Amino acid sequence: MADKHWYTRHKGILILLPSLLLTAIFIYGFIGSSFFFSLTNWRTLAVDLSLRDPLWQTYAEMLAMPRFQADLRNTLVFTILFIGFAITIGLGLAILLDRQITGKGFFRNTFLFPYALSFIVTGVVWRWIFNPETGINLFFDILGINQALEAAGFDPLAPGWTTDPTIVFSVNQLLSHIWPSGNAFQIEWGIPVALIPVAIAATWQLSGFVMAMYLGGLGGISPHLRDAARIDGAGEFRLYRSVIIPMLNPITISTLIILIHVSLKIFDLVFSMSGVGPGFATDVPAIFVFEMMFKAARYNLGAAASIVMLVASSLIIVPYLMHTFKNRE
Amino acid sequence: MKRLFLWLGLGFALILYLLPVYVMVVNSFRDASNISLETIWQLPGKISIMGFSQAWSMLSPNLQNSLVMVIPAALLSSIIGALNGYVFSKWRFRGSEILFALLLFGFFIPYQAILLPLVRFLQWINLYGTLPGLVLTHVVYGISVTTLIFRNFYIHIPSSIVEAATVDGAGMIQAFWRVILPLSLPAFAVSLIFQFTNIWNDFLFGITVVPNPQAQPITIALNNLSGSFSVDWNVVMAGAILAALPTILIYIGLGKFFVRGLVSGAVKA
Repeated sequence: MADKHWYTRHKGILILLPSLLLTAIFIYGFIGSSFFFSLTNWRTLAVDLSLRDPLWQTYAEMLAMPRFQADLRNTLVFTILFIGFAITIGLGLAILLDRQITGKGFFRNTFLFPYALSFIVTGVVWRWIFNPETGINLFFDILGINQALEAAGFDPLAPGWTTDPTIVFSVNQLLSHIWPSGNAFQIEWGIPVALIPVAIAATWQLSGFVMAMYLGGLGGISPHLRDAARIDGAGEFRLYRSVIIPMLNPITISTLIILIHVSLKIFDLVFSMSGVGPGFATDVPAIFVFEMMFKAARYNLGAAASIVMLVASSLIIVPYLMHTFKNRE
Repeated sequence: MKRLFLWLGLGFALILYLLPVYVMVVNSFRDASNISLETIWQLPGKISIMGFSQAWSMLSPNLQNSLVMVIPAALLSSIIGALNGYVFSKWRFRGSEILFALLLFGFFIPYQAILLPLVRFLQWINLYGTLPGLVLTHVVYGISVTTLIFRNFYIHIPSSIVEAATVDGAGMIQAFWRVILPLSLPAFAVSLIFQFTNIWNDFLFGITVVPNPQAQPITIALNNLSGSFSVDWNVVMAGAILAALPTILIYIGLGKFFVRGLVSGAVKA
């Protein structure tokens, strides 16, 4: 029997072998070579794989670039806006649909369908909706808002949306108080207005996914529990806030991890909707990597930025995967 | 009263979610003479299919590229995923869980971190700029998620039926072929739909691995179309609908499997 065991065990590995080899090369090997490229002098079309001196020079140069600083800020702001919107709306829709109503399936399918689309389709359409010359801005006239504002002596509303270079809620002053060397930042730290429409488009695409995750969780909560809470005198609001939403915590965590992961590597949506934006107001690390590698031929810079992206998402994903695997054992 | 708020909330959300669809549909059927910045919200009036016929003539080669790429890529990655999932769930060995975790990590990396070596590798094996190169890329980077889908499916199949088959003298592969595969149809549906949608909607690999426009998938062609100033936007909107149609049809027809796929892609490892 021992022999048969040995045989099947190795047969299992044999079946896995092609996939394991491909993973070793295409994932781990390639990550290793990207990291290596980020340490070299390869910054023109001519391949130059000599190491930089000092070794981390490319990373230092990158962090000193106003554009890359803007990218880091934009990723942070976009993540917060997008996740705030998507979780709130997704949970709200799930709660609205968490009951027996006519047309429940129709509503659920409609809210979820943008998830089946490509980010490019989303970007192409929303780009027109947020074009300042048309789209949303026409509503300010159609609904009479601008006429009313003008009658009252105010300027009409005409937001520039993705073309607006303004940064609101700038915290540079504050930063320089608590961190004297904060003037190393060459950019304004605040919320780039142009990112808001992009976050809205991303929310349109992914809030249905959040809703589906929560509906799955809500379906698993026993009706007895709801009845018990109601008998204890809890109203609808209390029931959700104190009983149901806390029970959905594991789903909230999974959903957050996935959304953060989407947000850290967002590329296509921004690329097709707004590009880098005015003054890099909507630029993101993924676009930076793409342009450095495929437009500017600054290979070491592109590789360095991609390693920063990898480290950022690994900081979220690795603890999550380890936690999931540990729980199972 | 509560009912009223419920319906108001749902109705409002429905309008917001359908607004972009409305923009796509009315403008794709609009006559070119009636297109201006002011008319975006208006009904098309005279219906014209010129937008669609122009979009079709510009995009049909790219739609074909996408189809030629997505079918073998989805099939191959699903087959490999089924075999891997079978071993990881029914023939575990010491260290197999760690290997699975190492494999799964590949699903979560930002692909930017492998892009430069990937392009160099494809150049080296002469597949850069070709659809087979793109298929290879999608198969390789799809293995982790398809393995996850099949492993999570097979875990719920009782191991006793595999054991029964092996007692009857069937080997590992025979047991898979005879007992497991016939039960795998739902998992194949989930995996194929998940991969079809993902690969059809991909942009990053398409734009980096295939620089020549004739060989590019639909998403890249649509983005180029939308960025060009010489194209009317009834054509752009019609193009967006053409690009979205295959995944929308799958969503409408096979929504059950679609939802299952996105939940298992959400890692319940």
